[in-house]
Amino acid sequence: MSKDLYSAAGFYEYVDEKKLMGTKCKSCGELFLPPRPMCSSCHSEEMEWVEMSGKGKLEAFTVTLYGPTRMVQAGYGPKNPYCVGVVRLDEGPAISAQILGLDLSKPEEIKVGTPMNLTFISRKEGEEEKTYIGFEAA
Amino acid sequence: MAAKRFNRGVALVGAGMSSFGAFPGKTTRDLFVEAFREMHASVDKGFDPKDIDECYFGNYSSSQFEGQGFTAPFIANAVGMNPRPAIRTENACASSGTAVRLGVTAIASGIADMVLVGGYEKETDQPTEKVTEILATASDNLYENVAGFTFPGLYAALATAYMHRYGATGETMMRVALQNHENGALNPKAQFGKRIGDFIKMKQKSAEKKGMPIPQWEDEMAFLRDPRANPVISWPMRLFDCSPVSDGAAALLLVAEDMAHNFTDKPVHIIASALASGVPMHDRDDLTMIETATIAGQTAYEMAGVSPKDIQVCEVHDCFTMTQVIATEDLGFFERGQGWKALEEGRTARNGDRPINTSGGLKSKGHPVGASGVGQVVEVWKQLRGEAGDRQLPGEPTLGMTHNLGGSGQVCAVHIFERR
Repeated sequence: MSKDLYSAAGFYEYVDEKKLMGTKCKSCGELFLPPRPMCSSCHSEEMEWVEMSGKGKLEAFTVTLYGPTRMVQAGYGPKNPYCVGVVRLDEGPAISAQILGLDLSKPEEIKVGTPMNLTFISRKEGEEEKTYIGFEAA
Repeated sequence: MAAKRFNRGVALVGAGMSSFGAFPGKTTRDLFVEAFREMHASVDKGFDPKDIDECYFGNYSSSQFEGQGFTAPFIANAVGMNPRPAIRTENACASSGTAVRLGVTAIASGIADMVLVGGYEKETDQPTEKVTEILATASDNLYENVAGFTFPGLYAALATAYMHRYGATGETMMRVALQNHENGALNPKAQFGKRIGDFIKMKQKSAEKKGMPIPQWEDEMAFLRDPRANPVISWPMRLFDCSPVSDGAAALLLVAEDMAHNFTDKPVHIIASALASGVPMHDRDDLTMIETATIAGQTAYEMAGVSPKDIQVCEVHDCFTMTQVIATEDLGFFERGQGWKALEEGRTARNGDRPINTSGGLKSKGHPVGASGVGQVVEVWKQLRGEAGDRQLPGEPTLGMTHNLGGSGQVCAVHIFERR
């Protein structure tokens, strides 16, 4: 099982189950999101999965008109831009994700610090149904 | 921790670069030959290339841009360096700042007396969308790319965090573009070599040719505010906030300090070399600064025994306009949150008290990523020797600095140079 590895594979296996999971170092207690198999503070490898509350605040963002191929294929472009940002969770760590529920026609009115709730974005890519992390303005 | 020192001094005795721009049909080998030739000619008393001991070459991704991996021996071959050791360094956009660092350490350690340092990149063979994807491989492939971050997007996010905390606006960024294009217009090697006013004239001429109504703008800022002339790429970044897609190469000759006068009576001493690595963007405590730059800057100041106020010439890594503002704070030239005001007051212009990017910066000069770090050194070399032509800073500057970022700022190379 990928989940035994405290790695990206395990992380995305949880994302498919609509769970946002970090890892906590059993030795020094530091919390990591995304997960890591080795503690970057004390180098312990004793980790455990911890589920995140999914509540946080927008710390930085951009409204992108020219995205990567995957986003273009999902229908985004200059006439239909998307917002991507960094959300700092109430537990401390921050993560990059697509941001939903904001008026993208007025990016100058989007405020850093806006409260955010975790959501999950499902997208069909070819034959595959993919799940991505998202956050929505609370 | 006490500042580290070189075991022996290192001097720069030659520097050259190709033009930066779009050069269909030229490979990185061709471009590097041009840079090498200019570097060779710049060594006042000449030298025999056969005396070079080692080569360090910065290159981000010829494997993706040109379909050529493993470039070091090919580039060494192109300039007649085989069988010398040739090593390619890859640290994204700081690839050749990193090559400078390794060239310096090779000489400081005593393993080499003469080192060729270079950088090269060939980006324009690929369509823009593909270039965007290749550059994006320098962001966090597991957690940033998947969220939809592009490179303009990552730096745009840093800009929103900075703007929110300190009050800078899109106008601040436009003024960076204005300033750097002003400098780049005086640099014959620059990709654009045009002032914003020249872009206005070009647009008007092109409309006239097509028999369309001739567009009018009140001034350069009005042009930059116009979304038709300067469209948003990734808000708040617009087209003129982004450095271009470029081809180019640059080359340096480094020697042990005690040999420098065999090559020139005007050597430029490299008195500090610092490199820091850091975490991806989402893992940072503060998105209004770039910590690797702060750390590399402090390390370099300690190594050189100088302080920010002593630096007279400085090339910073303005891959995007707001990045330049943040860099001037990270390097200690201005207090946190004051960099954008200093910029708007004209203090970082060529005639300001803290000139930044006299070459035009990556914004105007061009950003062939693997060549950019060495390209910055070429400008400092020229300024410290009084050879920068129309853009020469007055007052015979003696102390210069380069600041070269990799990725979203996950690496920063800082070097300090002194003309004694």
